[in-house]
Amino acid sequence: MAVADSHDTHDDHHDLYDHGEFIAHHFDSAEQQFDSGKLGIWLFLVTEILFFSGLFVAYTLYRTNHPEVFEQAHVFLNKYLGGLNTIVLLFSSLTMALGVRAAQLGRNKNCSIYILITMVCATMFLGVKAVEYSHKWDMGILVRSAFNLTYTHPTPTTEIGKALHISDYLVYLCVVPALLLAGFLVASVISKLIDKGTLAKFMIAMAITVSGYFLGVCIGIIFMNATEGETGSTHASVIAEQPLMLMASTQDDHAEDDHDDGHDHDDHDKAAADSNHEGEHADHEEHFGAHPADGGEASFDAHHPDPSTLSRDVGIFFSIYYCMTGLHAIHIIAGIIALAWLYWRSLLGHWRTDYFGPVDYVGLYWHLVDLIWIYLFPLLYLID
Amino acid sequence: MVDASTRQKLFGTPETNFLNCSKGWKSWAFTLDHKRIGIMYLIGVTVALFLAGVFALVLRSHLFTFDSKMLSDDMYNQMFTLHGAVMVFSFIIPSIPAALGNIVLPMMLGAKDVAFPRMNLASFYLWIIGTGCLLAAILSGKGLDTGWTFYTPYSIDTNTGVIYATFGAFILGFSSIFTGLNFLVTVNTMRAKNQGWFKLPLFVWSLYATAIIQVLATPVLGITLLMLIAEKTLHIGIFDPKYGGDPVLFQHFFWFYSHPAVYIMILPAMGVISELISVYSQKRIFGYSFIAFSSVAIALLGFLVWGHHMFTSGQSLVVTLIFSAITFTVAIPSAVKVFNWLATLYKGSILLNTPMCYALSFIFLFGIGGLTGLFLGALSTDIHLHDTYFVVAHFHFVMVGGTLTALLGGVFHWWPKIWGRMYNDFLGRVGCFLVFSGFNLTFFPQFVMGSRGMPRRYASYDPEFQIFHQLSTVGAFVLGLGILLSFVVLVYSALRGPRCSSNPFRAASLEWQSSSPPDFHNFIHTPVLTDPYDFESQVYDEELDTYIPREFANPAKVAPRKEPVHN
Repeated sequence: MAVADSHDTHDDHHDLYDHGEFIAHHFDSAEQQFDSGKLGIWLFLVTEILFFSGLFVAYTLYRTNHPEVFEQAHVFLNKYLGGLNTIVLLFSSLTMALGVRAAQLGRNKNCSIYILITMVCATMFLGVKAVEYSHKWDMGILVRSAFNLTYTHPTPTTEIGKALHISDYLVYLCVVPALLLAGFLVASVISKLIDKGTLAKFMIAMAITVSGYFLGVCIGIIFMNATEGETGSTHASVIAEQPLMLMASTQDDHAEDDHDDGHDHDDHDKAAADSNHEGEHADHEEHFGAHPADGGEASFDAHHPDPSTLSRDVGIFFSIYYCMTGLHAIHIIAGIIALAWLYWRSLLGHWRTDYFGPVDYVGLYWHLVDLIWIYLFPLLYLID
Repeated sequence: MVDASTRQKLFGTPETNFLNCSKGWKSWAFTLDHKRIGIMYLIGVTVALFLAGVFALVLRSHLFTFDSKMLSDDMYNQMFTLHGAVMVFSFIIPSIPAALGNIVLPMMLGAKDVAFPRMNLASFYLWIIGTGCLLAAILSGKGLDTGWTFYTPYSIDTNTGVIYATFGAFILGFSSIFTGLNFLVTVNTMRAKNQGWFKLPLFVWSLYATAIIQVLATPVLGITLLMLIAEKTLHIGIFDPKYGGDPVLFQHFFWFYSHPAVYIMILPAMGVISELISVYSQKRIFGYSFIAFSSVAIALLGFLVWGHHMFTSGQSLVVTLIFSAITFTVAIPSAVKVFNWLATLYKGSILLNTPMCYALSFIFLFGIGGLTGLFLGALSTDIHLHDTYFVVAHFHFVMVGGTLTALLGGVFHWWPKIWGRMYNDFLGRVGCFLVFSGFNLTFFPQFVMGSRGMPRRYASYDPEFQIFHQLSTVGAFVLGLGILLSFVVLVYSALRGPRCSSNPFRAASLEWQSSSPPDFHNFIHTPVLTDPYDFESQVYDEELDTYIPREFANPAKVAPRKEPVHN
């Protein structure tokens, strides 16, 4: 019997492609293909969690060993912006789940709409993140080696920055999205002209997706102004009166420490580090003289601590913050690319009740990216 | 019941096979066929082996005399670093799983391909890119002198090409993850009909255990190397003590991957040996389920012992004791395997051909490599032996005496299947003898000088150690000659060797039911599911001069079974 079977399969094996439009030749059935893909994506998610795990371990260790760094540092993160992003991502998870459902039912049009909303949420998230990042870079809140908190917001030098009163960094962060937006708009017009209905639709959707970024930037600025306003108004006025707030004694000590260390290490980094610190010295001497020690005054509330009271390692918190949120943002971007591919295939009407695997898999990935943010938000923003 | 012409069609030498079914470089560069990808991997790892082997011979030549001036001290540092990095990341880790496993695993399951053929090809190209980045450290003129472990803080301070190399290792990690993920899914979803987990060949079990480690451990290396790159470029202060970081944290992260990676290197080798010992003894493998579960046990225990690399780095005594104790427990599943192989040999009808010679060498060398590991796992002796040649000899016995030997044995075993041509067995055995004796001559003296205090990674040494170093250097060249001879034998046979039949060794796992070389879709017929260690399921067919499944044979000419079918 085995022999008879074998002959049958032998004769079959040249028409392998007949057993389904989207079944790869090496699978016997749609079910086997779906199960393989599903197991594959779950394993991939395991690797993703382990990929982030290194950063979570670093976070845990430094928080255990230096709790004061985390207490002092988290106040610089705006929990309203973080909360807004949490809501945006949670909502995108909902639309993603609805998209998966639509694909399972073979409703390609609904699926494409849900996927488009998911993509817009994703870019909005990035827009808000850009506002947060640029605000911090303005204040000198950078990774450990470059951390140099000043509270000053340098005057924008770019034309757009001047016109809109936004940070130069934010302008830079908008360059690539702006180019993409222009590119997609042009592409949609061209594809409309050469009468590629589906392609034009796709390009317009991509343009809408990218404009989500600018929506995010706008909402982010509004939120930022509204929430930093209460403390920020005093903060702003303080800054207006006292440009460059005091490089204080701890920072000074630390600069000297680094000079001492510097002698032992003869590498090229030393030059950069030293010149950096020399800059700090110059600032310090210049302004310290002009404004004798009145840094501890009442206008510096818990949300705007005096830099002199901060631990010298407070920058490590932001090293971890930038690594974690940056890696997360890269995953969001990868997710958008995957979602765009799904959107394209929805337009082509590929999903059927017996074939919807890719939507399911990308959906799982998207939920994971969302879930990681659900952990990052309280760990970074909501420490108390 | 099958007639002779059908037998000829199923088991004879076919006109078209996976090697000649399509032509041109594109048919290879863009192939999704697991067998072709496996062959490309085999070529790739061979290049890496030769490259890293040349580095090894250069540094062994330098060490021939105690005050040698052949290399500058800096050059010496770069030489052993590149030797280690290329050997570990580009050769050993992908060698057996990605090259041999790729070719054999789907066929052992009776499948047409792995679950994700495109990902399989991507894995190979990532391997090329990663190896390229690793070598870019040399080509950029900066070199690399951190040792293959990239320990901080030195890796942050040195001006050599750490970023190229770590980025290369990062990419190679993804290549390894892709292979592992693919194998896990393939074994789970693509087994032949009714092929339960306990009807899988043990090579599949070991590849499965390896894949678990690849998927769980490699991402941690990925993030660690990314953090190291960020530390080196932006000075984020996580590892750099100058900025409040903790350099020992890097060691924890690194060994959390790299110790399990040791088992990525050795487990597939153990799987190969299980196959070879059983086939060439023509005897059912002894203790199948023990060998199968010991692979999984090694994979899981491997995650809990990373701290034994750091006994002298400063960790709490309690933690050190726990790591030491768990390290000892790894010896149990390893010993289970060795004893089962020996029991399989007992009263078997042993065929001492080239693959079997390698398999027996493996048992001997892995035995020494494994047992000396216990010396290093014991706290007090480790303090004395840490960072000496004893450690170098120990891990070379496992990595070279174990993995490389098993790789060569496996390649000889499956070579006729891949190319449809037979190698010269005499020259193969001469090669094996040279590898075995050269290897022992190289590394046995290192145990002696290591226990007498010769530290590793030094460009010069006390004159009292010179005789050991000289023996070692001579041995290294003999070993190199042996590998070169095996290479020549293999390549010659692939091109000019005599044609061989589908199953010349009376092996019972499914890949031997395909023709030699296999069809593009692996099997012309759906293979008859047999117990992989029930050799009586295969009977000799005179017309084809090969072994074929009992079900296909002419009943008039088949001798009855001697022992009943196990189920």
